[in-house]
Amino acid sequence: MSASLEKGINALKKEVDSTVAAFFSSCVNCGMCADACLFYTEAGCPARTPINKTEPLRRIWKQEYTLLGRIGKLLGLNKPIDHDFLQRWEKLVYDSCTLCGRCSMVCPVGIDITAMIRKTREGMAAAGHAPEGLIGATKRAVETGSPMGVKLPALLAVIAHVEKDTGLKVPVDVEGAEYMLLLSSMEIMNFPEFIEAIAKIFDKAGASWTISTEAFEATNSGIQIGVSDIAAALVQRIVDAAEKLKVKTVISPECGHAYMAIRWDGPNLIGKSFNFKVRHILEVLDELRKDGRLKITGKETQKLTYHDPCQISRRGGVIDQPRNLINTFADNFIEMPDAGKMNWCCGAGGGVSTNERADELRLKVFQRKKDQLDKIKPDAIISACSNCRIHLEDGLEEYNMDIPLMSLTETLAEHLEE
Amino acid sequence: MSEIEFLSWVRGPGFEIATIIFVAGVVIRVSEIFLLGRKKNLAEAKGSEMKGGLHTILSRSIPDKSTLQRSTFKIVSGYIFHIGLFITICFFAPHILLVKELTGISWPSLPTAIIDASAVVSIITLVVVLIHRLRNTVLKFLSTSGDYLVWLLTILPLITGYMAFHRIGMSAPSMLAIHILSIELLLVAFPFTKLMHAFTLPIARWYNGAISAYRGVES
Repeated sequence: MSASLEKGINALKKEVDSTVAAFFSSCVNCGMCADACLFYTEAGCPARTPINKTEPLRRIWKQEYTLLGRIGKLLGLNKPIDHDFLQRWEKLVYDSCTLCGRCSMVCPVGIDITAMIRKTREGMAAAGHAPEGLIGATKRAVETGSPMGVKLPALLAVIAHVEKDTGLKVPVDVEGAEYMLLLSSMEIMNFPEFIEAIAKIFDKAGASWTISTEAFEATNSGIQIGVSDIAAALVQRIVDAAEKLKVKTVISPECGHAYMAIRWDGPNLIGKSFNFKVRHILEVLDELRKDGRLKITGKETQKLTYHDPCQISRRGGVIDQPRNLINTFADNFIEMPDAGKMNWCCGAGGGVSTNERADELRLKVFQRKKDQLDKIKPDAIISACSNCRIHLEDGLEEYNMDIPLMSLTETLAEHLEE
Repeated sequence: MSEIEFLSWVRGPGFEIATIIFVAGVVIRVSEIFLLGRKKNLAEAKGSEMKGGLHTILSRSIPDKSTLQRSTFKIVSGYIFHIGLFITICFFAPHILLVKELTGISWPSLPTAIIDASAVVSIITLVVVLIHRLRNTVLKFLSTSGDYLVWLLTILPLITGYMAFHRIGMSAPSMLAIHILSIELLLVAFPFTKLMHAFTLPIARWYNGAISAYRGVES
């Protein structure tokens, strides 16, 4: 990734479209987005106001795509877009935003601020102003296929383990399977129970599925850092594998941004519609439930709550499914205040957890999640994103809160009828 | 220039110039938006863009409970001065008469006591809003000279109109001329400032709702 200011400016120009123009034309500087952003409410500093994070993109739009801006350019009146300026915005754009999308739901004039911060990242990365942690993860993703450097032998070892523990076959590279399962490196390394759970559930439901050895990684560092070319290349790997195996549906695992990357951004990144469906694992499981293929037994009596991962709920549209599924085994389910599409982010999505520089900040803003949890005092938290899960565990430890985390898919598997 | 000459200038050429700049400016600004275009979304849709877009144009006027609690002042003050402006501009008999002269269209007016009250409430709210902007850390940080200019251009017609109606200060023709001039300044600045949100807000809300609805979320 060779970066230059010129590339950054060109990348920003490429991001300007009628939505960007309508959004910036409508901003009245009311500041309501700050009240909706956990990085402002918990860590203060007015520069963290969401709309301010889009300033590099705004300057490009104003100077290049408005009459007044162009006149200003001729007269030399415009504010500069240089390395110094972009440098000052780097921490705002990457460390202080998880692309959670809450500001976009609150803006009274309807600006999709999050979409514009995501666009701003394209320019920042191209100009060389992305955090080291994300650059490293992106390089590993390109070179090894995984942002954590997890290679095929590691996956095969985990699969062998799962097969031994469950006595079930984990189908690999099976042509014509109904589902092709993607995984996040985090699941392969830290939560192999997830693969075990899928094996059990699909076995009971009689669903044919497979994992491709050529494309098993679901995460996409390209969309987190904001380099569309890389994001597209990572999506293309999955598309090639899905087409090769002729699967009907590709399943995005318990990971937020992976779902955004493959389900919503994917076809647009590679410039063509998919000839297979993409579904989040929770959507697939809820379909199986509706079809009566998911037989659940036994109830959890402890007080359970669900943490909506932003990219799955607010930005992804998978809101009812987890609740339908939880209700099959939970006797005492309770919602956090603002649950669902207005839920508060855990504080570590959108590449923040990969950016070590932001470690202190992400733990600080976890205070918001703590406040939500303090209001309902659950016995356990269910989520559907390994990244949320890891950070929730971190945050709970930091604030001395002893609440266990549960994966929705894994918990369901534990309640399968024998 | 005598005060009568001044009044007839602002009513005649002045008004025409301001209107031309306003209309041309707004057309240019709105065209600038649409000419940029937008790529077709290639992902499999989960909901209707049109339905979601139209929904958000309306629904975004009503904040959710938690937002109302967090941004109470901004929302309440915003509502008050916008409604106050709307009543004062649209339901004051002389204003309706002006529109009737220009277009032939007219509608019933409200009693002057109500107009008077709404103008005063708007003026007071705008002053409070300015104080808030100057004291609130986020607003102070975000504010540009454009924000203060727009504030001034919005409150001036209210104040001058109030003074003209109550015959405060100058002679009636002069005060009326100044009132009209203040509106002309507002019209001229309109396309080049955040006042444009009056026209672009439905577009922005539509896009927001459409983007969200495409993914199956009501925004």
